Amino acid sequence: MDKEYVGFAALPNQLHRKSVKKGFDFTLMVAGESGLGKSTLINSLFLTNLYEDRQVPEASARLTQTLTIERRGVEIEEGGIKVKLTLVDTPGFGDSVDCSDCWLPVVHFIEEQFEQYLRDESGLNRKNIQDSRVHCCLYFISPFGRGLRPLDVAFLRAVHEKVNIIPVIGKADALMPKETQALKQKIREQLKEEEINIYQFPECDSDEDEDFKRQDAEMKGSIPFAVVGSCEVVRDGGTRPVRGRRYSWGTVEVENPHHCDFLNLRRMLVQTHLQDLKEVTHDLLYEGYRARCLQSLARPGARDRASRSKLSRQSATEIPLPMLPLAETEKLIREKDEELRRMQEMLEKMQAQMQQSQAQGEQSDAL
Amino acid sequence: MTGPRVGLLCLGPMEPLRRPLSPCSSRPSSPRSPPCETSVSVGIEAVLDQLKIKAMKMGFEFNIMVVGQSGLGKSTMVNTLFKSKVWKSSLPGLATPTPQTLQLHSVTHVIEEKGVKLKLTVTDTPGFGDQINNDKCWDPILGYINEQYERYLQEEILITRQRHIPDTRVHCCVYFVPPTGHCLRPLDIEFLQRLCRTVNVVPVIARADSLTIEEREAFRSRKCFDEDINDRILNSKIRERIPFAVVGADREHLVNGRCVLGRKTKWGIVEVENMAHCEFPLLRDLLIRSHLQDLKDITHNVHYENYRVVRLNESHLLPRGPGWVNLAPASTQQLTTPAPLKVRRRVQEDPKDEF
Repeated sequence: MDKEYVGFAALPNQLHRKSVKKGFDFTLMVAGESGLGKSTLINSLFLTNLYEDRQVPEASARLTQTLTIERRGVEIEEGGIKVKLTLVDTPGFGDSVDCSDCWLPVVHFIEEQFEQYLRDESGLNRKNIQDSRVHCCLYFISPFGRGLRPLDVAFLRAVHEKVNIIPVIGKADALMPKETQALKQKIREQLKEEEINIYQFPECDSDEDEDFKRQDAEMKGSIPFAVVGSCEVVRDGGTRPVRGRRYSWGTVEVENPHHCDFLNLRRMLVQTHLQDLKEVTHDLLYEGYRARCLQSLARPGARDRASRSKLSRQSATEIPLPMLPLAETEKLIREKDEELRRMQEMLEKMQAQMQQSQAQGEQSDAL
Repeated sequence: MTGPRVGLLCLGPMEPLRRPLSPCSSRPSSPRSPPCETSVSVGIEAVLDQLKIKAMKMGFEFNIMVVGQSGLGKSTMVNTLFKSKVWKSSLPGLATPTPQTLQLHSVTHVIEEKGVKLKLTVTDTPGFGDQINNDKCWDPILGYINEQYERYLQEEILITRQRHIPDTRVHCCVYFVPPTGHCLRPLDIEFLQRLCRTVNVVPVIARADSLTIEEREAFRSRKCFDEDINDRILNSKIRERIPFAVVGADREHLVNGRCVLGRKTKWGIVEVENMAHCEFPLLRDLLIRSHLQDLKDITHNVHYENYRVVRLNESHLLPRGPGWVNLAPASTQQLTTPAPLKVRRRVQEDPKDEF
C-alpha cells in the first residue's frame, strides 16, 4: 500500500502553514457620500475601532473641504492567523456643492499603487515587495435615492476597470422590505445599462453540495448588499445581547439575515472571497494596467515585447528591460520647467529694477 | 386684512380666546354668563363669530413648497400632512426618472374639513441637488418665489383692484435635510442662507427613521442655523425642536388594535403620529394647526414688503395719475431667473376629499 501513496495530499497543509506564518495583507477602500454609515460598517465588519480618533468636521469647515485620501492600518489576529488590513478612506467625496471630477484623486491614488507595484516588480531587488494595491472597493449607495445617482455612475465608471467594486446600500434600516427589493433591482438594472463591471463572484464548482450552492446563489442574488452597521450591543430584556441599533419601535439586529445583508457581506468579504479578490486584482486589473502602461511607453520594440509577454506569461525569460518609469521622467521634466520659470521670473524682476533706476536717474537729471 | 387669528378649524387643542376677566374674580367666568356688574352685554364676542363665518365662506389659501433631493420622502410627507393623495408618491425604481435640470411642478387641491375649505397649492422641485454639479441650483427656486411676489405686486398697484387678489406667493418652504447624522452639508447651508431672507423656511430632517433618538439630538446640537431662520417662528417651544425629525407614511397598519399610519419593517412599525417615534405631529401643528395664519402673515408683512420696497426703489415710481403705472419690468439682475425655468401648473378641483 505504501507504494501507491506518494504523499502530495499533504501539500495543502504545507500551504496552510506557510500562509499562517506569512500572514495576509488586504487593502480595502470605502467610498461614498458622507453620512452613509461607512465607518460604522467597517468597525462592525472587523470588530475593531478603526475610527477612534476621527473628528467629523463642522459644517462651516465642510464648505471648503476637498477630497482627501486617508489610510489606516490595523492588524487583526484570529485563530493564530494574522491579517494586516489597510483601510483607504475618502472623506469629502460627494460633499461639496460642485462635485465635478471629485473622483479623480481616487483614480489617481489607485493608479499610483499600481505604478508602485510595477516599479517594484521591474526592479532588481524583489525580495520584499509591499503590495499596497487596492484589492477591493466598497461603494456605498444612498438608500434614499432612486437608485444610482449621476455622481455614483460617474465614480463607478471611472474606477470599474481598476479595482474590484462591491456595491453596498448603506443605512438599509431606513427601508422597508419591499423598498429594499425595488431599490436593489433598480441598481442592478442601472449597472447593466451603464455597463459597469462590478466584482463577479466566481461560479461554484458543480461538485459542491446543494447547501453551499444555495447559499452561494442567495448571496449573489442579494447584491448590492443592504447593510446596517453598529458597534453597540443591545441587551433587550430576556433575549441574548445582540449588536444592533435600538429605536423606539424596535431593534435592528445587525447579524440577523432577515434584517439586513451584513452577514452575507462579511462572509463574502472575509470568509470566502478574500483571496479571490486579491487574485483578481493581481491577474486581471493589475495586468490590464501594466499592459496599458507599457504600451503607452511605446518604443516599438518594447510594445512587441510587452504584448508578447502579456500573452505568454509563462515564458518569464522575455522580461522587458526595466525602463525608467513614467512618473520619474515626468517629475524630472516638471522640475526643469520649474527652474526655467524661476529663472525667467528673476530676469523679469531684474529688468524691471533696471528700468526703474533708469527712470529715476532721468528724473534726477531733469531736476 | 389680517384680523385676529382664525386658524383652520381642527381637532387639536386651540388656543383659548381671550375673555374679559369678570370683576367678581373669585368665580371663574364661564363663556356664556355675563359679567357681574354690567347688566347688558355689548355682544362684542359675536364679532369673532362673524369673522369665522366669513372666513369659512371665503375659504383659506395656503401655498407650500417642498425642496430636497429626490427620495427624501417629500411627496409622501405632503400626503401625510394633508391626509389626502395630494401627490401620487412613487416607490424607488419606478417610472419617474430624475430630471436633468431643476423643474418646478405645482399642484392645487381644494380640501375640506368640517365646512372649512382650504385651497392648497404644493410646489415640488424635482431635480434639486441631484446633479454632480449643483452650483446655483437654488436660482430657479428663488426666481419662482420672486415671480409670485411680482404677480401679487402687479395686482396690488392696479387702480381698479380685484376684491380678493389671488395669492400665489409661497407661504412656507419646507426644506428636507438628509439624515446623515453628522451635520449640514454645504449645499444645505448655501440654500438655507439664501432662502431664509426671501421666504419662510422650515427645515426638517427627512427619513428620520434611520436615526436613533441620540443621533437626532446630536445632529440638532451640531446644526449651524442662524437665529434669523428661527426668529420667524413665534413659538419658542417649537423653535427649540427645529429641525424636526420626521417620517412620512401613507399606509395604515394595525398597532394595538388601532389603525395608524406607519412604516412596517421586520423589527417594528414606525408610527408617524407617535411623538416617541418622530416629530411629525410638531410639523403638522406648526404648518396647519397653530401657525398657518402666522406663516401667511409673515409672508405678507415681512417678505412681501421687503420685495415691494426693493422693487419700488429700483423703479423710482409711485402709483399716481389716471392710468395705472406700469412698473419697469424687473431687471434680470434682481430676479435671478435663468433660462431653463419650467413651471407647470395643474389645477385640480376636488370638491370633497375625505379625511
